[in-house]
Amino acid sequence: MRITRLLSAALLAFGLSAAAVAPAAADSTPSPGASSEEGAGPTRAGTSFRTATEFEQGQTATARASVGDYLYWSFPASTGQRPTVEASVKLPKTHAAETWRLDVYDGLRRRQACQYGAQTRTAAADAASVELKCVLRTVRAWAEPWADDPLPGTYYVRLTAVNLTAGDLGRSVDIEVRAGSEEMGGAAAVDGSLSEPLVPGVALRNAADGQDGDGDDSPTAVLADLEPEDGWTSGWWSSRWVWTAVGGALAALAGVAGYRLTRGTGRPSRVPPGA
Amino acid sequence: MIRRKWPAAGVGVLLAALTAGLALPSAAVAGEPTGRDAPQVDLVLDVSGSMRTRDIDGQSRMAAAKQAFNEVLDATPEEVELGIRTLGADYPGDDRKEGCKDTAQLYPVGPLDRTEAKTAVATLSPTGWTPIGPALLEAAGDFGDGDGSKRIVLISDGEDTCAPLDPCEVAREIAARGIGLTIDTLGLVPNAKLSRQLSCIAEATGGTYTSVEHQDELAERVNELVDRAAEPVVTPVAAEGAASCAKAPTLESGLYTDREEFGQQRWYRVDVLPGQELRASVSVAADRAVNPDHGVLLRAVTVHDREIVRGEAAGTGRTDVLSTGLRYPKPERDDDDGDKPAAETVCLAVTHSFSPGAGVKTTPGLPLELTIDVVEGPDGSSDVASFGLGRGWWLLGTLVLAGFLAGLVWGWLSRWRFAVWRTS
Repeated sequence: MRITRLLSAALLAFGLSAAAVAPAAADSTPSPGASSEEGAGPTRAGTSFRTATEFEQGQTATARASVGDYLYWSFPASTGQRPTVEASVKLPKTHAAETWRLDVYDGLRRRQACQYGAQTRTAAADAASVELKCVLRTVRAWAEPWADDPLPGTYYVRLTAVNLTAGDLGRSVDIEVRAGSEEMGGAAAVDGSLSEPLVPGVALRNAADGQDGDGDDSPTAVLADLEPEDGWTSGWWSSRWVWTAVGGALAALAGVAGYRLTRGTGRPSRVPPGA
Repeated sequence: MIRRKWPAAGVGVLLAALTAGLALPSAAVAGEPTGRDAPQVDLVLDVSGSMRTRDIDGQSRMAAAKQAFNEVLDATPEEVELGIRTLGADYPGDDRKEGCKDTAQLYPVGPLDRTEAKTAVATLSPTGWTPIGPALLEAAGDFGDGDGSKRIVLISDGEDTCAPLDPCEVAREIAARGIGLTIDTLGLVPNAKLSRQLSCIAEATGGTYTSVEHQDELAERVNELVDRAAEPVVTPVAAEGAASCAKAPTLESGLYTDREEFGQQRWYRVDVLPGQELRASVSVAADRAVNPDHGVLLRAVTVHDREIVRGEAAGTGRTDVLSTGLRYPKPERDDDDGDKPAAETVCLAVTHSFSPGAGVKTTPGLPLELTIDVVEGPDGSSDVASFGLGRGWWLLGTLVLAGFLAGLVWGWLSRWRFAVWRTS
């Protein structure tokens, strides 16, 4: 009797968690929110880390700028995301060959490596546009101080022409920059987390928050202000819950099977009835 | 998370209160909002003879500039203090010495009276030389003392005619005064030489250069620059690093600027309490012609000269800044004796390997921007991985195997128990 109860409970648990296996297997599908929302972003670009224009992932930031400018944007990225930054530069009708480059820096202004994508591209003379792309590494919750792994926080995008002729200096170009990210799910989880995201000026902002209360609502300048859509803490949900729960259920089933195997079925036949 | 945040905020406030009166009064206001002081913009317009040329949409450059100025004056945001300076507006003669002194303030930087400013612009007619360098020097003195952002917008159609004073070096010197001044330049129908000169001026101060061939472009661009000046921006606090850690200034969380000459080291100190994390990033800007290969190194060193962690960056080719950063979480202290000093002094050393291009002046040093954040150290764990959760087929397999083995043993045990019970 106990065995059947145990068995049915295990089966129930298995059935429940089997339904939830799907998200576990679908670890690396992009989150719908990240790419489908095509919001219009800011229409300007900053000219230094300090003045970088902020935009959210999923938005398209546009700017009219001059060849030779160093253009800066920043966007927030959270744990488990693998950000992709894309830029397209519409060049003037006539121009000499010029090379454009897209660089991504983290909140500590450390240059971040691109896994894939053409980070540097040379536009031939009179080419209409240049497309650049950088796929970053997955943002982890924590890393050793000696590593420069991407951590949750602000990411800076710098776009500039690195190789150009003096004749093209100052010519007008139209620029579009997009950032989006793929959710990497539980595979990217690590043991540990930062107390504060890697946002420049976060210590000052916390101090200001602590001192607030004198009704001072004048616009304050901060280095970075935006947060990811779901906040900095990625939440408690992870595909690891499903994996572990399914594992537990299967283990229970296997346990029952093992028990039945050695215990034998029911009572031994030699036992007299009523004993 | 909230539970942990309160003590940190308390410590921060306490620290700020304790240190407010100490060595670095300026540090207490590091990164304070600058919105209170009005942003100031000085438009510097070239009124030299060449502005008569009729090549902007069929009208003369001067007419185009006037029209653009009218539009800009109409669109200037209320809070921006705008001034206008001319160069080459008054002296029509041939004496170079006189012509190179020809710069005047047409409308002082201050609250804008649109009608008055427009009337002043209407009186201009193309006249003299192109003394860009002297005009910039004068323009830098046009601004008030406020902490608001300051911007010079230089509009010119010809290169400077007042050598040997290089306007590019003038711009660099103005930037080195540390008044947070940016120079943006616009070239009207420029040739390559003018483009080079104006973009050199812009790069020396972190500004932008735009070439303009149509009147609407001019108005649009100047408007954009004026708007940009109106945006609140964190202004860095000037700091002066020392040549060694012992003499270095102690900095708190904030944004700082300094100058670092070629081949120089700059040292700063930061106090970090156990359980806090130091985050520092540094950007060294190439505000002049430098050789194409360069690097920057930021080291965190103990007072006993042991290196804790470093951030390094290297680059090649055209660049505005080279930047790097580091994190140093100081572990929580286990022993609780009050003998040791509570805070550890961490020395930050900044070096760069930019080298000046041929014939480039090496003083003042390259502008350096330092961000320091002292925050609470990393949390032990709130990430799911550390709840003991796992993932993957190996985990599943191991669990199933372990469960099965446990079942086997359990079954065997109960069988054995049954046998014992039967025999007894």
